[in-house]
Amino acid sequence: MNLALKDIRHNLSRFSLTALGIGMLLMIVMGMGGIYQGLIQEATLLVDNIGADLWVVQRETRGPFAEISRIPRNLEDRLKSMPGVVSARAFVTYPVQREFRDKPLRMQIQGLSWPDDRGAWLPLVAGRRIESAHYEMIVDQILGLGLGDKVKLGKNVYTVVGITKNMSSMAGDGLAFFTLLDALDIQYDYSGEAIRIEREARRWRVAKQDIGATLPSLLERALLPSSNLAALPTPYVSAVLVTLFPGTNVNTVVEKISGWTDVTVFTRDQQNELLLRGVVDRARRQLGLFRSLLIVISTIIMALIIYTLTLEKIHDIAMLKLIGARNSVILGLILQQALLLGFLGYIFAFYVGKWVFPMFPRRVVINADDLIYLAMIVFVISILSAGLGIWKALSVEPNEVVS
Amino acid sequence: MTASTLAIRGQSLTKIYGSGNAEVTAMEDVSFFLSTGEVVALLGPSGAGKSTLLTIVGLINSPTSGRLFIGEDLVTDGPAAKVNLRAYRRRFIGYVLQKTNLIPFLTAVENVRLALEINDVSGRAARNRAMELLKSLDVVHRSGNLPYMLSGGEQQRVAIARALANRPRLVLADEPTAALDSVRGRQVMELFRTVAREYGTTVMVATHDHRSLDIFDRILEMEDGKLLSQRHADISSRIAKV
Repeated sequence: MNLALKDIRHNLSRFSLTALGIGMLLMIVMGMGGIYQGLIQEATLLVDNIGADLWVVQRETRGPFAEISRIPRNLEDRLKSMPGVVSARAFVTYPVQREFRDKPLRMQIQGLSWPDDRGAWLPLVAGRRIESAHYEMIVDQILGLGLGDKVKLGKNVYTVVGITKNMSSMAGDGLAFFTLLDALDIQYDYSGEAIRIEREARRWRVAKQDIGATLPSLLERALLPSSNLAALPTPYVSAVLVTLFPGTNVNTVVEKISGWTDVTVFTRDQQNELLLRGVVDRARRQLGLFRSLLIVISTIIMALIIYTLTLEKIHDIAMLKLIGARNSVILGLILQQALLLGFLGYIFAFYVGKWVFPMFPRRVVINADDLIYLAMIVFVISILSAGLGIWKALSVEPNEVVS
Repeated sequence: MTASTLAIRGQSLTKIYGSGNAEVTAMEDVSFFLSTGEVVALLGPSGAGKSTLLTIVGLINSPTSGRLFIGEDLVTDGPAAKVNLRAYRRRFIGYVLQKTNLIPFLTAVENVRLALEINDVSGRAARNRAMELLKSLDVVHRSGNLPYMLSGGEQQRVAIARALANRPRLVLADEPTAALDSVRGRQVMELFRTVAREYGTTVMVATHDHRSLDIFDRILEMEDGKLLSQRHADISSRIAKV
């Protein structure tokens, strides 16, 4: 006869509610783990998916995800000429916030070096890759845009041609992919008035110089668009991504690029390491600590529940001892109930979490390793919780029944 | 220890609670002997030491001094247990208390089965034995009911069935009829008599109920922790009533 199950049958509604409560608690623990994993995945998502072996960034910076990195776009050509390099693609990333259908639309813009990079590596769930040099965009479904939606950014209107899934930035904003030129256009979009003022200021600066007085034609040239002025640089990009031929010695290429004094180079692993150790480190540690705290709280709460359940049965336990029940019978009663509570709570947490977590605004990633890890934690929590009840039960004297 | 020779023997049993100024002598220098199949009443006012003696004989309390034998076995020598008391209780002693103390989440038959199963009787055999006992105690029709669904008398009969489940050599009852009306109370006492006769079980009953004394073979009277007298009940009236 299984006393634990008989007791549960007798107090089914109360036991179910208790299991539900523990399940909710475990769901929070599971969710915290999922948010933690989501943060890591979001941070390394782009670096893992974009398929670059090397990230070349502004000298002494840690790359576009850690800080502002600005390098000339023509670095692409320099890198392409290196032995072992298959491709070098300029990369631009920055966040923007606009209004769309009277709601704020916050996205992380990524510039793809079209036509070399048309976004073939993107996990599309609908639509297609970027097929035109201008005015097309691929967005993540988290942004809530649909295929064919038109969004005005800067002076141009861009059409959504593809939808991705689970592509978000470290801040949780959905990624939006444009051709590099479009991304730069959006980034360096100035109003007509601002441009006119800047041109006039430029003309005034030249006029103040001796060269302006001696070469009056320069004053006229100062009023031309920036792109027509050879003295002004082309727009900067955030990084250049390098893909190597299979079998190429990465270290050799890194060594060569490191010899250039205007850039810094990172391998994919180094870039990931920088992201995890630097950019998301505090958030990661905070979530980790909070999760540990939740586990401790769960243990205490569960121990108190098991202890209370044991206290309610203390008279029956004394009676069991009086009629000679072995300790294993009493231990089994408490331990089985604790394990069953933990198990049911875990199952509840898993299934309800599976339903609830996708509704969270940021990614919650529940992976198999985490589930196994949590199952082991729940098992240990159940044992520890039962320990308190068992200690109480074993300290009960059978003569308490008589008294 | 064998069934035929089993008897309970107490030698100079003393129980003192507390120490120093707070010392209370609950029982002092009590010696007695219970024969196999004997039904013995333990009489005395409240605080006389009946329950203390019962718990010491029932191996749920240890004496401060004195020795207790079950059959030939020295079970306790002063506070020191000489055997595994819980195993002894499981195998040789049945308890019927004033409150029935049935496990509330088990049905009547499960309460009886539990006593058998913790004594390693298998499921089907335990169930058959439990049903047989409930039938003999005229409560088999309530076998599937939880304790709260039973009347006081029915609960007490289930408790007796549980006490008898393992065919114990000693049944200890502490005020078993206190919660019952006189008719039910007498029925319970007569049941003890029957059990002793049929199974050779020694029965010791602590009671205030003087109306059923004719059922007992012997009466032990206690007062202020001391055993005052051990006398045989009036045999003629007993025969007439039983």
